[in-house]
Amino acid sequence: MRIKPWYMLLMILILAGAATWVDLPGQAADPLGLKKGITIHEGLDLQGGLQVVLQARPPAGVTVNNDALLGTRDTIARRVNGLGVSEPLIQTRGSDQIIVELPGVKDPESAVTILQQTALLEVIDPQGQFLPEGTVVNTDRGPATDSEAAAASSSPAASGSPAPAASPAASESATQPSASPAATGPTYTTIVTGADLEDAYPATDNVGALVVGFKFKPDPGKKLQEFTRQNIGKPLSIVVDKKVINTATIQEAFGQTGQISGMTVDEVNALVLQLKSGALAVPLEVVQSRTVGPTLGSDSIDKSLIAGIVGLSVVALFMILYYRFPGVLAVVALLIYTALVFALFKLIPVVLTVAGITAFILSIGMAVDANVLIFSRLKEELRLGHNIRRAVEAGFDHAWPSIRDSNISTMITAVILYWFGKYTGASIIQGFALTLFIGVGISMFTAITVTRTLLRVFLTSSIFHNRWWYGIESSPTSPAQSSSTSIGTAD
Amino acid sequence: MLNIVGRRYWWFLISLIIILPGMFSLVTHGLRLSIDFTGGTLWELQMSQPVQPGEIKAVLADHGYDDSLVQTTEDNGLMIRMKELKEGSPEKNAIASDLKGKFGDFKELRIESVGPTLGNEIRNRAMIAVFFASIGILAYIAYAFRNTKNPFLYGTAAIIAMLHDVAIVVGIFSILGWVEGVEIDSLFVTALLTVIGFSVHDTIVVFDRIRENLGRRAGRTFEQTVNYSVVQTMVRSLNTSLTVIFTLLALYLLGGETIKYFVLALLIGIVAGTYSSIFNASQIVVVWHNREIHRFLARLRGQSQSSVTA
Repeated sequence: MRIKPWYMLLMILILAGAATWVDLPGQAADPLGLKKGITIHEGLDLQGGLQVVLQARPPAGVTVNNDALLGTRDTIARRVNGLGVSEPLIQTRGSDQIIVELPGVKDPESAVTILQQTALLEVIDPQGQFLPEGTVVNTDRGPATDSEAAAASSSPAASGSPAPAASPAASESATQPSASPAATGPTYTTIVTGADLEDAYPATDNVGALVVGFKFKPDPGKKLQEFTRQNIGKPLSIVVDKKVINTATIQEAFGQTGQISGMTVDEVNALVLQLKSGALAVPLEVVQSRTVGPTLGSDSIDKSLIAGIVGLSVVALFMILYYRFPGVLAVVALLIYTALVFALFKLIPVVLTVAGITAFILSIGMAVDANVLIFSRLKEELRLGHNIRRAVEAGFDHAWPSIRDSNISTMITAVILYWFGKYTGASIIQGFALTLFIGVGISMFTAITVTRTLLRVFLTSSIFHNRWWYGIESSPTSPAQSSSTSIGTAD
Repeated sequence: MLNIVGRRYWWFLISLIIILPGMFSLVTHGLRLSIDFTGGTLWELQMSQPVQPGEIKAVLADHGYDDSLVQTTEDNGLMIRMKELKEGSPEKNAIASDLKGKFGDFKELRIESVGPTLGNEIRNRAMIAVFFASIGILAYIAYAFRNTKNPFLYGTAAIIAMLHDVAIVVGIFSILGWVEGVEIDSLFVTALLTVIGFSVHDTIVVFDRIRENLGRRAGRTFEQTVNYSVVQTMVRSLNTSLTVIFTLLALYLLGGETIKYFVLALLIGIVAGTYSSIFNASQIVVVWHNREIHRFLARLRGQSQSSVTA
């Protein structure tokens, strides 16, 4: 079934309108607040910031397994939360590396120092209090440092979580938001540390519920057994970086092995990762870092934008002068293309980088290519003496295999580039690859659907059957005759 | 009609003339690799007053960073290339405070450091990426041309044309490396992979036309059919390349300093890609189809045999 060109045009206009609406900056024309949270994500090279690749350097004989690496990543993510960076990116790479990107971070030097700290896992005696998750504590292994306290004060977990316990000390901390509890709070006793832990694993208890199982080394195990036997019914807290990550009530005495129950699947998995990385306490080394000042960034984005507008205008002029009427339609299709791609960037979201802008501008060239292919075909068909309506359809049908094959080869390279970008640790290259991929994909749609629909719609009027519009001067017949012959041969 | 395919060996000669100096430079001077591949630190500063590079080098040498490279850029800017100096390390703080003491306050525009092991890793990944891009494209072309007599013929010709473009870009950047001090970084590899995609993109359009015209029996001989297809698609190739070249030129002239050589690599690659798709790729198909190399070698062998007997 062929959809009537007018309906198709309506759909394209709705799509283009929606895309333009998404493109509008800020909360413009958005009474329902649907666009909340949809913003342009600027890469490091545009807004400045810090990118670090951290390499785990475990002591000789110890290997970093995936769980320990994930646990370390979570620890870093918790520290980053305190730095006030709006869109941090923390991910593992390969078997022993972690990439951290902190766009717009104010003080990159101290950020690196904070990231690099080796996490210390402690099991503490909370002195009968049920310390809520996120509480910053001092232990007898040393007080919380300034950066940790600062991290805690701005972290939502610390100020937002209610204290469920009923002990007087805890209710006090509930009324007074724990702004800087580390400075004033008591010093808790550390029973065992991560170094004493042998393993942690998800397990099931005797009623089949998912629990966190753990195993300590023999000597520290005895210490723990001693403590738990004396404190049945009282809480026990697990602390990483002086911040409470879990508090549980001691049900019965346990020694070398034990389990923590009463958590959801996600919580169990997160705690296992934490314990495992705490047991390893992997030192991290910075193997790659990139700091871009904000001055360099704003310079590049302005320049790229101007270059983009100039480039686009020259292309538009060229298309109109060379291909005339179809050229105008191609420029309209190009504008719709630009609106669609930009809207997708905002929705996905794609991180915008200088290289990404280059890819976008490059993809405009490739988007034009599809139209050039079609119009060249269209001209050929017209020269062969076909009427315009047939020439348009034949032009599109014959140009399609070339458009498809050539764009797929570009998409193959874009996919490989994305993979390469992942290993260079630069979101810049990944942004380029993703932009190129989206650009080429959308360009196939706009070239085929949008330009074709526009041509079909305009061809319903006989004004546009004049061959001059299509850049064919040496028409064998006069315009009036050609339009009358076209009626004769078309049907 | 223009006889583009008939003069094929002239086109090959022109390509050779352009490629050879670059290849010569590549053998004698190699490529100037950036810290992305070698490891090290790139530190860009903006000083509050004009400073001589030599003075900065002396300060760096005091801290044990003796073989550093210091260049001045616009607005009292400094570009320093040195051994790995880690962000947030005590060494960096010491150098920074020393510089501040001697030359006044400065703004840190960017600092990039890469450890030596990671540099090696990135270099390997870059080569693997180029290799897999070639294989992926070869496989796709062989699939797209599966109905022709020899699908791999087209894939191979497209890959040779692509290697031609890569050779030109790499060669010119090798020359730029020792003449202008231009470095090869991961962005360059990105440009190279994009050129590969574009080159094949252009070539495929011509091959598609050959495939179509072969089906129609448009020319009397294979060579005529190919020539006809090249001429038919030439205007389109030039127009498309022109639009891309317009946008890239705008970026090169107006865009930021950080992507200047990235855009230049793309520009050179796309011009080379347009040339190879019109003047080389289809011609290689004809050379292969007519078994011209085979016949040439046979003739050579025949001559040498006859000279022995004479």
